[in-house]
Amino acid sequence: MLIYNQMVVSDAKSRDEKAADLLFGALADRTRRDIFRRAHEGRLSVSALAREYPISLAAVQKHVAVLEQAELVSKHRVGRESIVHAEADALKHAHAALEEIESAWRGRIERIDRILDEDKGDPDACH
Amino acid sequence: MPVTDVSKDPDALTMTITAELDAGAERIWEMWSDPRQLERWWGPPSFPATFVEHDLTPGGRTAYFMTGPDGQKYHGWWRIVETEPPRRLCLEDGFADDEGNPKEGTSTDGPAEITVTITESDGVTTMSIESKFASREGMEQMMEMGMEQGMVEALGQIDTLLAGERA
Repeated sequence: MLIYNQMVVSDAKSRDEKAADLLFGALADRTRRDIFRRAHEGRLSVSALAREYPISLAAVQKHVAVLEQAELVSKHRVGRESIVHAEADALKHAHAALEEIESAWRGRIERIDRILDEDKGDPDACH
Repeated sequence: MPVTDVSKDPDALTMTITAELDAGAERIWEMWSDPRQLERWWGPPSFPATFVEHDLTPGGRTAYFMTGPDGQKYHGWWRIVETEPPRRLCLEDGFADDEGNPKEGTSTDGPAEITVTITESDGVTTMSIESKFASREGMEQMMEMGMEQGMVEALGQIDTLLAGERA
């Protein structure tokens, strides 16, 4: 039973991590961040988006697909147009923001730890 | 890794991280109180921080900036809420304009409220950091800045890796 529980926990954890990977991968690109921001401001058609960037329509479609996979935006058809809108999932945003803060602090703690190690390397040194 | 625990509460917009550090509480406090020490760890290597003003007393203000790989400066400020050296420090951390003044709309509440707790027990020093977003808006703002800074950092590391492979 204990093993089963652990498996469930680790499953949930790797699912979380996978979602975080998708999220950060999606937001690692400047154009995608921009598309995401614009989608927040209102609904946009893919073709209107394509006019905003010096890249092909196919490239914009690819960016939108990455954002969709990370569940940051969704897409639906209106007539001949593909409309992109932001997923208003506040909880998901909070998760991503807290992940970001965690990774910043992990970096800081690692650097503090390294400085403390250096302290010991040369006990006579002034700080 | 000295990190022993991380917990996140997305409803309360709070992240808490706990680490065991190999030094006394006084030494850890110095990491916060001495601006030259702070500069060694506050910013990631490609976004080093420079502390221009630093006053670690209640009501005191700190002004700093982080310099990106392209030379762009990102200014920030702290407002010290509470200090109890070498055990406890509460501060607000926010973004500033190029003159170091808090960005509009963030003059009273910073995007983040940071509480540092340092405890010593049986020769083990534990530092716990609680970082709480004061508001949803603060969170969005922090995320946008963080993405810009953090991701550039990650990309910089990829570059270093690739350069290592080529060498």
